Amino acid sequence: MNVIEAEKLNIVFNAADRPVVALQDVDLTVAEGDFVSLIGPSGCGKTTLLRAIADLTPLTSGDLRVNGISAEEARRQRAYGYVFQAPALFPWRNITRNITLPLELLKMPKPAREQRAAENMELLGLSAFGRKFPWQLSGGMQQRVSIARALSFKPSLLLMDEPFGALDEITRDNLNLHLHELWRRTGMTCVFVTHSIPEAVFLSTRIVVMSPRPGRVLKIIETTLPAVRQLDLRETPAFIAIAHQVREALREGHSYD
Amino acid sequence: MTDFLRARALPLATVTAMLLAAWYVAAYVLNAPQAEALMDPDGPQGFWAVLQAVWSMDRPVLPTPDQIATNLLNSIFNNPITSPRNFLLQTFYTAQTAVTGLALGAIFGIALATGIVHSRVLDRSVMPWVIGSQTIPILAIAPMVMVALGNIGFTGLAPKAAIVGYLSFFPITVGMVKGLRSPEPMQLDLMRTYNASRTAIFTKLRWPVSMAFLLPALKVAVALSVTGAIVAELPTGATVGLGARLLAGSYYGQTFMMWGALVLASALALTLIGIVRLAEFWLRHARGGRL
Repeated sequence: MNVIEAEKLNIVFNAADRPVVALQDVDLTVAEGDFVSLIGPSGCGKTTLLRAIADLTPLTSGDLRVNGISAEEARRQRAYGYVFQAPALFPWRNITRNITLPLELLKMPKPAREQRAAENMELLGLSAFGRKFPWQLSGGMQQRVSIARALSFKPSLLLMDEPFGALDEITRDNLNLHLHELWRRTGMTCVFVTHSIPEAVFLSTRIVVMSPRPGRVLKIIETTLPAVRQLDLRETPAFIAIAHQVREALREGHSYD
Repeated sequence: MTDFLRARALPLATVTAMLLAAWYVAAYVLNAPQAEALMDPDGPQGFWAVLQAVWSMDRPVLPTPDQIATNLLNSIFNNPITSPRNFLLQTFYTAQTAVTGLALGAIFGIALATGIVHSRVLDRSVMPWVIGSQTIPILAIAPMVMVALGNIGFTGLAPKAAIVGYLSFFPITVGMVKGLRSPEPMQLDLMRTYNASRTAIFTKLRWPVSMAFLLPALKVAVALSVTGAIVAELPTGATVGLGARLLAGSYYGQTFMMWGALVLASALALTLIGIVRLAEFWLRHARGGRL
């Protein structure tokens, strides 16, 4: 079953001087259990596409279905967890209470909420930090909390908007590995926005290469890499070949001009 | 500790000592002509005699701090607590007005800010009036409020609290409009992904985020509430409260009475601000050390 079906999506923003075409005739299908990365330079509309799927940005035209229903209905049913570019934690809540925030909104009773938070903290290696406050944690830890928060109500779809963009490379590698194992273990569907080629190749089953002005899909690359991955996969010829394909596609889109 | 003394206590003590010295000099200069006029022409003369005369004046133009303190303690300890001569009783009346008015102002101010943040119509139509309300001098409006409310049967505490509320709602409204609008776009988007209701967004995000704006606004409102309470006590025919004592003191040239009222009004404001700071301390503690 397809979790996301997008057909001829167009999104136009009315900027001050002239309208900006953020997305032009974008088609995309994401099957259940897929890990799809959206990659491209700034301004290619990858974040806009993700926000459209999440019903955070309205469509100008086109047809978009999430779980077979409209994006808005899917959002109302809390069909997805969303991880933003920044952790967007609430600084007045400690880590546990940040993770239980969506559960509070779902009116889950307190013991169950705390039980769930504990499980998710365990999953992301945060168990020791439940009583800390966001500003007492490093950027990488904060982003882990925001992933734990997105996973807290067990969504089957996880949308991530450059979640590791602001982190150093070592932390990023570590979190990539973590995310890969999480995805493999839970079998959930992921859509992941990034501008890092190795990150996209390492994590994805499919890579959607986008180009700017107007934002559109250039190419969709299916990966042939094994399902179970370790960081040293990135030095193998198969990995380098796919990374090369992605880079070539970006070049065709004049992304390097 | 010695570092603390050197960095904080020493400069403060120096300035305080200089102010006190200046005060005593000024008291001598201002009071000496009157004291000399009242002196026994056959008695001893000279600087020390004048100084002694200044010391024992009943109605000095400018009383010294120790005279004010003695007089105040005398009024508090040598009168029953129910006597209008007891300054503590008068302070209680003023505190009652200030706190009741502050509560009214806070409730009204927060309600108004909530409305303004959630409704574009209210934002456009009400905000100019909120600002306009503070352009009218409170001294002009206070007697009218007393008369108007008195005519429909509100006397005593209610009209005075209304005047305090009128003054103190303003900083709270302005602060809370800013505070309730201070969530980041990303935090609001996050709530949207949870399909959170307006009420949930208010209680889980806007309200907690606005605390950093409410507490400073409350401190301003507290200072205004004491001023407001004293102004509200002036046109009541000078019956109760520090404001009434201030007015009576100025009528009869009772400088001790005026200074006593002044000292207690400022002590009252400091106490109320202390309570706000206590709330701030508690909230900061509950939030792990940051507001």
